[in-house]
Amino acid sequence: MAREIAFVFNGNKMNMVIEDHWTLLHLIREELGYTGTKEGCGSGECGACTVIVDGEAVNSCLYLAAEINGKKLLTIEGVAAADGTLHPIQKSFVENGGIQCGFCSPGMIMSAKALLDKTANASEETIKEAIAGNLCRCTGYVQIIDSIKAVSGYGEDEPHVVAFKAEDGDRGE
Amino acid sequence: MRQFTYLVPKTLDEAISLLESHGEQAKYVAGGTDVLVKIKEGKLAPNYLISLKHIIGQDRPFLNHETGELYIGAFCTHRSIEQSSLVQHQYPIIHDAVKNIGSVQIRNVATIGGNLVNAVPSADGAIPLIALDAKANIYGTKGQRSIDLRRFFLGPGQCDLERGEILTEIVIPPLAPRTGSAYIKHGRREAMELPMLGVGVLLSLEEDMTTCAKARICLGVAAPTPFRALEAEKYLKGKTVDEINLSEAGRIAGQESKVRDSIRGVAWYRREMVGVLVRRMGLKALERAKDKHK
Repeated sequence: MAREIAFVFNGNKMNMVIEDHWTLLHLIREELGYTGTKEGCGSGECGACTVIVDGEAVNSCLYLAAEINGKKLLTIEGVAAADGTLHPIQKSFVENGGIQCGFCSPGMIMSAKALLDKTANASEETIKEAIAGNLCRCTGYVQIIDSIKAVSGYGEDEPHVVAFKAEDGDRGE
Repeated sequence: MRQFTYLVPKTLDEAISLLESHGEQAKYVAGGTDVLVKIKEGKLAPNYLISLKHIIGQDRPFLNHETGELYIGAFCTHRSIEQSSLVQHQYPIIHDAVKNIGSVQIRNVATIGGNLVNAVPSADGAIPLIALDAKANIYGTKGQRSIDLRRFFLGPGQCDLERGEILTEIVIPPLAPRTGSAYIKHGRREAMELPMLGVGVLLSLEEDMTTCAKARICLGVAAPTPFRALEAEKYLKGKTVDEINLSEAGRIAGQESKVRDSIRGVAWYRREMVGVLVRRMGLKALERAKDKHK
């Protein structure tokens, strides 16, 4: 059955007619055309499809699109500033080698953001817990944890943001 | 995904009448993290999904200060229970269990009621609640009824719910003084795994702070349904809570459990580990009871 929903997508108000059986992942990728959010397992095991709904990380593959009505949705496309300046977490993943093939990265960054937005100075244990539902088959997680730890506290008055060098930010690929 | 109509009732009565009018084609859903996977896999094919998520009620644990009872609405997410400071400080055994269920993403959506009604032998949400002597409130066309949660589970995937009935609330009676409790999920991986074994121990102490006044030893994946080791509990009662007596209680619990071989572990190992983990959780419960009493 079709229904009309209203929600905020990456800061923009939207009204849409959707089908009841659509997942949020389908809405984002197939209907809105934002393909940064990935589908890995489709069953809530891998976290590649992680998005932030009202401040909380959720698996968009197991979340009905109908449930986004009245809520705020943030996908990886909404994380960088409008002028393209990367978010500190994104910069840190580039700086610290938290990315290899890149398939898990959008989900990893959304899980990290959901954590760091609420937790100043997240411990390694808290970081591991936050990304326990995000599988990476390339990096072995160490660089990913380092990437998140390096910017833990970016929301504070005196951020612990590592110094970014623009030229190193380009991985030369 | 297969097509269905999503219905969003606001009250329990509305949900029940929707299920009755759509009959076998309808299915309740709360968080959806199990139901949607089963639909994708073709194991469920409902034409109507009736959401219980928007029914107005308690969405976080709530302590009734007059009666001392803890109420946990069935539609509470695991995350809201995990983050409740009331649960963290007064009911650490629940915190021990819910913080290791699924991932943050799953816990943000999946509900405790959903975990319980699935009644899978490996669901570790039930173990601490049974150790706390929880009751389950169930609502249906005939009104409300309340049963002991340990009687709620009938077999793998089967619980005591009539067609149309909804598990609405878990009620935990007041804690006895000088009580400590702890739960451990035992598996091969740190995260995103079903337990090979779940062990919950609750101990209430006499005023001397060493004699066991009441023991609850509750095991998950040790039988087709959550299992209380009654013989081991009986053994501990009246005895000094120490390593030797807890080891013996663990051995008894391992003997009376109905562990079996499965893909996640073999029976003899599970039985051994019941012994080890009952002792460890007993010592942790003792430590927690003493900490609280300081």
